[in-house]
Amino acid sequence: MKTGTRLLVVLLGVAAGAALIAYYIVSYLMVTPHAVAATVTGPRQARLTLQTVASFGHKPHQDWVSYLARDSHGTWHHTTVLKVPAHATVHVTIYQYDTATGLRNPFWGRPEGIIGDTMTVDGKPLRELDPDLASHTFAIPDLGVTVPLKGVPDNAKNQCSVAPCTLAQAHTTVTFAFRTGKRGKFRWQCFVPCAAGFILGFGGPMQTLGWMDGTLEVV
Amino acid sequence: MSAAAGPPAPRHGLRIVLIWAVLSAIAVPLVVLVLGPHLPPGSFSSEAADQKTANTVMTALLTPIVLLILVFFGYVVATFRQRGSAIEDGPPIRGHGGVQTTWLLATTGIVLALAVWGSYTLVQTAHGAGGGQGPSPTDLPKGHRQALPIQVIGQQWEWTFRYPSYGAFETRQLALPVDQLVAFHVTSLDVTHSFWAYRLGVKADAVPGVDNIAFVTAKHTGSFTVRCAELCGLWHGHMYRTGYVLSRGAFDAWAAQQRAADSANLHDLGPYRRTYYPEPLHRAG
Repeated sequence: MKTGTRLLVVLLGVAAGAALIAYYIVSYLMVTPHAVAATVTGPRQARLTLQTVASFGHKPHQDWVSYLARDSHGTWHHTTVLKVPAHATVHVTIYQYDTATGLRNPFWGRPEGIIGDTMTVDGKPLRELDPDLASHTFAIPDLGVTVPLKGVPDNAKNQCSVAPCTLAQAHTTVTFAFRTGKRGKFRWQCFVPCAAGFILGFGGPMQTLGWMDGTLEVV
Repeated sequence: MSAAAGPPAPRHGLRIVLIWAVLSAIAVPLVVLVLGPHLPPGSFSSEAADQKTANTVMTALLTPIVLLILVFFGYVVATFRQRGSAIEDGPPIRGHGGVQTTWLLATTGIVLALAVWGSYTLVQTAHGAGGGQGPSPTDLPKGHRQALPIQVIGQQWEWTFRYPSYGAFETRQLALPVDQLVAFHVTSLDVTHSFWAYRLGVKADAVPGVDNIAFVTAKHTGSFTVRCAELCGLWHGHMYRTGYVLSRGAFDAWAAQQRAADSANLHDLGPYRRTYYPEPLHRAG
């Protein structure tokens, strides 16, 4: 084989290898769940509806705990990428279908960063949740927002095991509102070690976008 | 009949040493006097200033060594460059006892001197140099019994801070008073984190079940950034906060305001402890 041909083969091989590596890296970095936008209900007003489920009930991780988001047509989506308008008041409703795990740090039992520092749980205003009763939290640390979510009792009847859950199943309803500022992208997460079967309860769904962590895009 | 005497061979070694000595005499004072004051991490705290001094000393020591290599390399490239097309073997290289002995003695001396000086600095003058010393520090600064304790709690993925001298309130904000010895008690609720307040010159691992103590005295009011320096999961890169060094009066007012804001939560926080076990675990399988 001539030297030029050899060189060409080597160069093509290196280029193909580099392309495959680049494709793998880009594909890995670009895999993010699709976004669900909050429903705009008026000037500088929006509504965001979420639910938490103890087990997703579908592949690829049937037993993973997860958040879901509802779009303006009422359809539930398995995503944690949320879009809300800038400089607006966002009214959040979370239907909480999981039982309590308890907070590792009781500090997160106090709602913060929301209007009036008060949430409602099943219609009753609450400024503090017993840390042992928390199932999850909805927290946007960079916006100072933390809301503990009360779990359903362990012995509750008609518990949900497959998402999306319905209002006919055992749940608690948590509502609150927070104000957004300028545009930006913020992470949000759960602070409860709720990932069953993972070390310290913080693996799997707690480390994966689309399950118990997400981004809030203020647009 | 003797061979005709040519021009005397230039003394390359002497030339290299002279060039190196002149450049070093210029560069070292520049490093100490001009670059030194701008070296990290600055002088925001006593510990940071000590670290800056250490960086200045080591850079000043490093400068003549780097210059020797560069001068030698440049001189050889310029002087012994092969001209023309002929490629010939150079003269054989043989060992030189004097050079080898000098090199060994000089490098050994430098390393040992740095070790002695570094140990002295660590133990006597910087009381831990801003690093975590574990639960039983041996290098205790003067007045350590009056140090203001601030507990740093790492958790996936946020820092919180407890102030046991002020009712043990907990907050996401970090503030400390200026000119006050502070004892950071760094711990974790889950995996290993690392509390890194760069401008303060403080870096201490946050390990579950361990009370890792680091001392610092901030010398100026202002802000500093806190980061996690230990890869700890999905949002590791988001574990940063801005901390503040306040005047004594401003700090007391801030602490009172934080304590009042946290009052409803205090009974749930439980008593202050040096470490916390990562509970609950029952969902962890």
